[in-house]
Order: sequence, then C-alpha cells, then structure tokens
Amino acid sequence: MKKPNKPNPANPKSDMIILKTATNYLIPLLLMFSVFVLLRGHYLPGGGFVGGLIASIAFILHSFAHTTKETLKLFKFSPKTLIPIGSSLSILSGLLPVFVGKPFLTGLWLDTSVAIIGSVGTALFFDLGVYLVVIGVTLTIIFTIKENV
Amino acid sequence: MLAILISIFVIAFLILFSGSHIRSKHYKFIGVIPLSLFAYFCYYLVAIHWEEVIFLPYEWIPSLGINLNFKVDGLSLLFALLITGIGSLVYFYASYYLKNHPYLNRFYGYLTLFMGAMLGLVLSDNLITIFMFWELTSISSFFLIGFNNEDESSRKSALTALAITGLGGFFMLGGFVLIHSITGSYSINELLTSSEVIQNNTLFPLILFFIFGGAFTKSAQFPFHFWLPGAMQAPTPVSAYLHSATMVKAGIYILARFSPVLSDGFWWNNTLMIVGGFTMLYAAFHSIFRTDMKGILAYSTISALGIIVFLLGIGNEYALYAALTFILVHALYKAALFLVTGIVDHAVHTRDISQISGLRKVMPWVFFASFIAALSSAGVPLTFGFISKDLIYEATLHIPKWAMWITGIAILTNIFLACSGFMAGIKPFIGKLPEKHQNIQKPRKSLWIPVVILSSLSLIFGLFPVLADKGILKLAFDTVSKTPTELYLKIWHGFGLVLLLSATTIILGFILFFVKKHNGKSLFFIARFDKIAPKTIVENFGEATRNFAFRYTRFFHNGYLRNYLLAIIIFLTLLVGYRLFTTTPIEVNTEDLSGFRIYELTIFVMIIVAIYFTIRTKSRLTAIASLGIIGYCICLIFVFYGAPDLAMTQFTIDTLTVVLFVLVLFKLPPFLGFKNKTIQLRDTIVSIAFGGLMMLIALQALVSPSTKETSMFFAENVYKLGKGKNVVNVILVDFRAFDTMVEGIVLAIAALGVFSLLKYNAGNEETE
Repeated sequence: MKKPNKPNPANPKSDMIILKTATNYLIPLLLMFSVFVLLRGHYLPGGGFVGGLIASIAFILHSFAHTTKETLKLFKFSPKTLIPIGSSLSILSGLLPVFVGKPFLTGLWLDTSVAIIGSVGTALFFDLGVYLVVIGVTLTIIFTIKENV
Repeated sequence: MLAILISIFVIAFLILFSGSHIRSKHYKFIGVIPLSLFAYFCYYLVAIHWEEVIFLPYEWIPSLGINLNFKVDGLSLLFALLITGIGSLVYFYASYYLKNHPYLNRFYGYLTLFMGAMLGLVLSDNLITIFMFWELTSISSFFLIGFNNEDESSRKSALTALAITGLGGFFMLGGFVLIHSITGSYSINELLTSSEVIQNNTLFPLILFFIFGGAFTKSAQFPFHFWLPGAMQAPTPVSAYLHSATMVKAGIYILARFSPVLSDGFWWNNTLMIVGGFTMLYAAFHSIFRTDMKGILAYSTISALGIIVFLLGIGNEYALYAALTFILVHALYKAALFLVTGIVDHAVHTRDISQISGLRKVMPWVFFASFIAALSSAGVPLTFGFISKDLIYEATLHIPKWAMWITGIAILTNIFLACSGFMAGIKPFIGKLPEKHQNIQKPRKSLWIPVVILSSLSLIFGLFPVLADKGILKLAFDTVSKTPTELYLKIWHGFGLVLLLSATTIILGFILFFVKKHNGKSLFFIARFDKIAPKTIVENFGEATRNFAFRYTRFFHNGYLRNYLLAIIIFLTLLVGYRLFTTTPIEVNTEDLSGFRIYELTIFVMIIVAIYFTIRTKSRLTAIASLGIIGYCICLIFVFYGAPDLAMTQFTIDTLTVVLFVLVLFKLPPFLGFKNKTIQLRDTIVSIAFGGLMMLIALQALVSPSTKETSMFFAENVYKLGKGKNVVNVILVDFRAFDTMVEGIVLAIAALGVFSLLKYNAGNEETE
C-alpha cells in the first residue's frame, strides 16, 4: 500500500496479478475497517476524518490495481457528488437542534443505545458527513491528478 | 417586517434566476411588488401618528449585540415611502423603457435586491445590520450601473462606483465599531441617550472622520463626487431611482440619523457646512456647462446633495426642516426629470440639448410634467420647490456668524441650479422642431404617466404643503432634532427679505438660462480643469496601485515552489525567533525529561538515516520513499506518547502524499541535484536555523507555565456534555464542530480548485 507499483501508462492492463488479487480481498476489509474507525471514534481513537482517509486509500489502491475508469465504475455517481452530500449531512445534523429550539450544532442524543454502534446522536451524523466529504475530496484530487498529469 | 424584507430578497433572486421564463410583456405587472410595499408603509404612516415610533425587535446574535431590530419613525418612513413610491413608478416605467431587453430578469432582480437593501438600511436600528444593508446597496448598484455590461465605459463606471462606495463602507464600519467600543451598544435608539458620552470621548474626531468617510462617499460629496456622473452609464430608470431618491440619499440618511447623536456644535456642524457648501456650489457651477441631459442632472444631483449636507451642518430648526423638505422636493422633481430624459432619449436617440428642441408639439404631456419639475427645481412659487427654497434662505439667515456670506453662496448655487433645471427640463421642448425629428414616435402612455404623477405631486404639495408637512415631514423632523419646533410649511411667508432673495434667484436663473449659449463649447472650458480634478487623481492612484500589485506579484509569485518555501521559512524563522529571543529568557530544564528508551533511539536512528538518503540520493523516487519513512517514524513517536488519533491521521496522510508524489513523478522536471555550493550552504543554514528554533520552542514550552483551563474543561465535559470518551473526536464533532464544518468546506474548495485547474488546462489542450 505504501509503495504501490507504478501504473504503466503505456499498458495499463499489464500483469499485476498479485496486486489485483490482493486488492480484491483488501478492499472490503479496508472499507469495513474505515466504517469501524468512523463508528468507534466517539469513544476510542478514530473518527470521520481518519475513516474517510482509510476509505479513500482503499479506492486509490483499487485504481492502481485496475484503472481509474474501473474504480469510477464502482460509484454510481462521481466521487465529487460525495462532497455536497457530506457537507449537507453535516449542516443538517447541525440544523436539527435548531428545530427543537436549541442553538445550532447542539448535540442531541437518543435515549436508548443501538447495538454495536452505541448511543446515537447528531454528532454521529455530523461525523458521517465529514467521512463522506473527506472521501469525496481525496478521491477528486487524486483521480483528477492521476487522469490529467 | 423581517418576513417582508426576507421575501423581497427571495423574490429578487427568484426573478434573477427565472431566466427567460417570464416573458417580457409580463414584466409590466412587476410594479405590484413595490406598490404593495408602498401601501404597506402607508399603513405605518397612519400608525406612527398615534405611536410616534414603532419598534420591531428580532434577535439575531444577541451575544454580540447584533440584532435585526427595525424601527419605524418619521425619518425612516419618509425614506421608505420614497423608496417604494418612486420605486413603483420606476418599475412600471422600466417595463416599457426596456421592453424586449434580453436580460430583463437580471434588471428586475438587481433592482428588487437594491430596493430590499435600501429598505433594510433605512429601517434598521442596529449599526451592524445597517452596515450590512449599506454594503448590499453598493453591490446591487454595481450590477445596476454596469447593466450594459458589454460597454466598457459602463463596466468601468460600475467599478469606480463600487470602489468609492465600498471604501466608504469600510470607513463607516470603523466608525460603528468605535461607537460600540465607547458606548457598548450597536442600537441607534440607545445611542440617542449617550450622545454626550461619545462627544466627550477622545476618539470623537476619529468617529466623525469615519462616519463622514462613509456618508460623503455614498452621497457623492466633494472630493468623492465623480463616481456619480460616471454612474449615468446605467439605463435611465436606474439613474432615476438611484440618484433621485435612494442610493445617494443613503449617506444623507446616515447623517440625518446621527445628527441628534453626533451634532456637537463645532466639528460636526462646521465640517458638514464646509464640505456641503463647497460641493453644492462646485457641482451647480459644473452643471451649467454640460450639454448631455443626464450629465446636467448628475451634477445638479450632486449639488442638491451638497445642499442637504450643508443644511444638516447648519443644524438649526429651519435648516433641519429645510433639509427634510428638500429631500422630498428633490426626489420628486429629479426623478421626474430623469424619466423625462429617458423619454426624450427613446424618441430622438440623443440626450444632447444642443441638438434637441421643440419637442413640446410631439409630447405635450411630457412637456407639461417636465416644465413643472423644472419650475420646482428653480423654486418658482406654487411648486413644492418654492417652499423648500424659502426655508433654505431662512436657515442661512439664522446662522449667527457670516449669515450674509453663506446666504450669498446659497443664492449663487440656487441660481445655477435653476438654470440647469431649465436646461434639462425646458430647453428640449421649446423652440423649433428640427426637420429630422418631425416624424418621431409619440411616447407611450405608460412612459409619461409616471412622470406626470411625480410632477403633479410637486404641484399638489406646493399648493397644499400641509399635506406633506402633517403627513410625514413633521414626524421626520422630530426624530432628527433634539428640540421640538413650532415650524410648519406654508405657501406664503409675507413680504420680506426671504421673498426678495427667492425672486432674485428665479430671475437671475432665467436670465442665465437665456443668455447662455447651450452648445458643447462650454464643455471645453470646464475640461481644462480635468488635470487637477479628484477623478484624475484617483484614477492615477488606481493605475499606480495596479502596477505595484503586478510587480509585487511577479516578484513573490515567481512560480518556483522552492522560492516560496524559502520565503515562508525565512520569514517565519525571523518572526518567531525575534519574538522568542526578545520576550522570554531561554532556559532549558533537563531534569524533568525522561530518559532515553531503546525504541526511541531506534526511531531516531531511522529518521537520521532516512534524512541522509533524502538529501544525498540521486533518484527522486528514493527521496520520496525516504520522506515517507520519516513521516511513518513520526507517527510512531505519536503512538509512544499517547496520541493515537494524530498517529492514525498522520499515517494515512503520509501514505496519500507518497501516492500523490508517485502520480506526478513522470511529469516532474529531471531531478535537480543542486551542485552549486552557495545554494547548498544557504539551504543548510536556513534549515538548521528553522529546526533549531523549533527545538528551542519545544524545550521552552516544557518550562513555561501554562494554564490547563481549556484542557481541563474538555476532559471534564467530554462525557457529561458530549457523551463520548475520545476527547479529540468529541472536540471535532461537538465542541468545535463549527470549525470542522468550515474546514470541510475549505477542503471542498481545494478539491474543486484542483479539479477545475486541471480540467481547464486539459480543455485548452484539446482546443489548441
């Protein structure tokens, strides 16, 4: 992951069987790990920012093993759309308390806690928004550079 | 009130973004918006006769003292009625004037935005919201003045207006903040009681300077007047709206509003009298040398604004009454004259009065309206202008010192103004109709009806001044003046000095009008002074600034990343070093440091080796990989010292950085080993200095006593308030979530920047 094989611009589909095979197993793991990091963030080291970075690394790994085109096929929309979706999610989670008469961005929490995740509150959705923004931003930057340089 | 203002802005944007969905012919119904607002404010007109002041508070940011409080009193209502009343006529007029213009939606969008901003400005009670609306009027008027955006001079005028009024806005904000620092309040209502506190403060002259800076730029007082004639590039309805009743009167409004607070009998009054007096004479003199109808009106508007400023400066009861009356008088006749100019321009396609004559046969109604407006501007009896002119002379005659001289200046100004009013309002209609204009189209009803309405009002208020007086002016006076008055408007003051002066003005104005030759030659006379005009000076200044900015940017923004880094690091080293060595005694406490552990030593050695490879290697890939190793080693240090969050983030970021480097590897220029000894020496010194400084700061931080209040607060409340156990994350998503949100937006902007820059370049290559 640290030093991925150089993409060969002349022949992108050159043999990288080991990397490709490893990637196919690694990606689900990385993505699950990123969600795990995101969810545990409130109690243990982790959070939306790191989670988002890990998830983007998973996709970048995929794009190195295959091609960026194929990675983009994994998305229904372009990763760019994740930026506004994430931002809106964060802002909406901040706006929610306003409707119950509390200041913007006050944390609201459900009384009962959900299995595995723990207590659910607006902060979780805020963090989810950050997670999505980070994925969107990182992938947009890396893929744009990868495609255009 | 808040709901109404917000809906105005929403409507403005709806119109703006409606594109061509609304067809041109439907725009004639758009006048309903200002008209219903006019009716709404008429309702308040009744209400404030019972209550005097109506206060409508809405909390916005109470902790900062910024609230959307609205105050309806005589003064604000006078302006609100002018804005919506003249607005209705202009909306209606423009729907025919600009018929079939492709960008009507933009026009009405900006115009509505402007109207909303003006209403907000005159109704706000809070200084910060006043500033906000003030800036909004500058911005929306920028769009209106530059409406013909394909014309270069139009764009230039718009920029000049924005620059001048924007600069004034900054001044005013400074003044407001100073006032707040003295009184602790942003509310004008509360300031009224602390007028003495402000005036006795040592900062008082500075406050005056700032407030004047704002008001004079907006209301086009000398030497900032030149943006106003330039703004005549706007479509005529815009000129009529902006320069008769609204935009330029905003500065007047501020001065009138602050008059009871800041009027101290010396600085305030004398500055206003000198600046206003000079402006009114200077601009009135200039106006009679113009031949473009709009040019004449522009300069006479500046002069009229000068008169109002001058009257506010005199500040006795006659003067304040005269100022308020003249605001109404001027709005009525000047809007009418502007609209007439538009009709003439439409009909004969020129505004040069030396080429136009005899139009009375073609457009009798317009002639009638224009005639009345010109008479009102000259102050002929039975028009509203006569009453205000009498009051002006009363005011100047009541000044304790130099009353005669000042009255003389006022008379001279009024003679020039009378002449220029005749030139713009009567000259195009009298005489013989030239042959080429024989077959011009008659103006449509929709164009001349608004003009006739405005002029009839000049006539009605002239005949029955009690309507305007009891209706609004009296109430407006009570808000501007500290002491009540027995004054009221009347048609006939009896024979006396004032009447004599009035008659002299009118007669001399007529004589000047008939004696003067109305051709372009006089323009050359006035053009000789252009070299020392403030406009030229400011333009040269602007040019010089641009040149300087260009050179400055070339110097620092030279395109070499290494130079940027060098500049940043040297600057930082000097700044931080200076601060560190001059303020704190350097002491290093080695006793409290813990001993070296074996894995720390390992990492230390790894970093050193990696650094060595980074510096010495001949291959870029090796350098990048070595840098990555350094990054990972630092992550490990974070792990050892209990910052797992930081370590995780650093780890992922480092990975991504290496990936980025690898991606652009092929595109980078060949790896440069700097063989030059001087450069190597320079870089060594800079890096050692910076690294050493950082080390010193870190050691210093250990011995400096620090308050743990903040960290204690977070540690204590992280579970209580944030319901989490990971302090770092709870700070990010709860305590300081707003920062996180904004950082997200910054990231998004960076991503969009990269995306658009690279895509844009790619697009260029394709087309080439």
